Amino acid sequence: MGVSQRYLIYLGCVIPYRVSSYEVSARRVLNKLDVELVEMPEFNCCGLPLEPLSHKLTLILSARNLAIAEQTGLNILTLCPGCAGTLKKTSRELKESRALMEEVNKHLGESGLEFKGNLEVKHVSQVLIEDVGLDKIKKSIVRPLRSLRVAEHSGCHLSRPKKHIGFEDPENPQALKMLIGVTGAKAIEYVGETECCGSTIAAIDDKVSLSLVREKLLHVREAGADALITICPACHIMYDVNQSRAEKMFGEKYNVPVLHYTQLLGLAMGMQPEELGFEELRVKPIKLLEKIQSSR
Amino acid sequence: MSKGEGVKPSRIDPKFRYEVAKMLGGRDVLQCFQCGTCTSDCPVSRFSEKYRPRYIIRMVQLGLKERVLNSDFLWLCASCFTCTDRCPQGVEVANVIRTLKNMTAMEGRIPEVFKVILGNLVKTGYIYRIPDSRIKRREELGLPPLSKVNIEGLNKSLQNIGIGEILKEVLQKGGEVDMWV
Repeated sequence: MGVSQRYLIYLGCVIPYRVSSYEVSARRVLNKLDVELVEMPEFNCCGLPLEPLSHKLTLILSARNLAIAEQTGLNILTLCPGCAGTLKKTSRELKESRALMEEVNKHLGESGLEFKGNLEVKHVSQVLIEDVGLDKIKKSIVRPLRSLRVAEHSGCHLSRPKKHIGFEDPENPQALKMLIGVTGAKAIEYVGETECCGSTIAAIDDKVSLSLVREKLLHVREAGADALITICPACHIMYDVNQSRAEKMFGEKYNVPVLHYTQLLGLAMGMQPEELGFEELRVKPIKLLEKIQSSR
Repeated sequence: MSKGEGVKPSRIDPKFRYEVAKMLGGRDVLQCFQCGTCTSDCPVSRFSEKYRPRYIIRMVQLGLKERVLNSDFLWLCASCFTCTDRCPQGVEVANVIRTLKNMTAMEGRIPEVFKVILGNLVKTGYIYRIPDSRIKRREELGLPPLSKVNIEGLNKSLQNIGIGEILKEVLQKGGEVDMWV
């Protein structure tokens, strides 16, 4: 394909803080697909969670990451769409305004760094589709998950705001559906597919964010999905870790397992649940694993 | 939103909209024609009694500076950008709302949680304090160690950006909230 299969991996904060299941499974499947991941020499928060405080702070934080990455000559791969989106947006905003770029570089210059704007940032799903390619992924599948029907949740920041991200149609997301399709599982349609998980306001208004979680889980269950599939660590926390909190708040039971896409792909590649961080999941996908076992 | 409550002319700042429009990301506030697409498509508005993006924009246009900057609903925007993507006037609604939050922050008024994550950032480089148990778990799982952040360099880059007071405050005090559980 002529596309570099070597990337700097940018982890962000949420994944090292508490979503190692995503990281473990992503590293395994990417390795299997000959995508080499190089660790960032150093990195800090991308700046997205601090944007309500100061946009300039966000620009400096993400430009700092980009400046550090640029020194290696490699492009960035992120597992979190929020990080990818923020790094992309910053790069674009600074390249569009020379004055802003100079201002941010003055700040970075205080510790000897400079943002030049000559690298690309991609979320793992974008790398899988554009650089690895569906054909190559298909060839890696040894155990097609034909018995599974799953619901996808791409999350907002993979595609919004559209003007700045430029990957995926936010009104009709297809990337994750295609990626699910190659595993042999069926990506089903359901109501409210593109609705937000509420993660960014979880610390501001519990009731509103858990209401969004509840609504999503009810819709997914109603559609008869075996699992909800995410590609964002923050969305995953909302639907998996916080599922029991929503159950408590609303006095209901949802029982919707939530897998990272990379876990689903790993299963289809023939990997074992233990190798893919399944033990870290709060909602145990017991029935789903049984279904895969019994259909072999 | 209070019903039928009058606003004294003395509490109106007719230049506020221009002040917002001058801020990074705030320019679009003048283009909004109040159609309400933002509110009707907003996921938060469906579950919150008080969060209405259209009202927020209108309050800016009318010059209700004090009222909008002191409101708690400002912080309910989830930054999903649905409003931004669907606005028929091309207004980057979420950016305008972010601008208002930034203006409030420059006056030193922000919800506690932002002080906590900012405090973590300036001390560790991440918005969470990653516990030792997680660092150990990484090893057990065969994950590479986390790189050490050059905190001094990071903090040097964060001077003089208009949030000096808050930075000083969070550097002095500790604090921890668990944002997710």
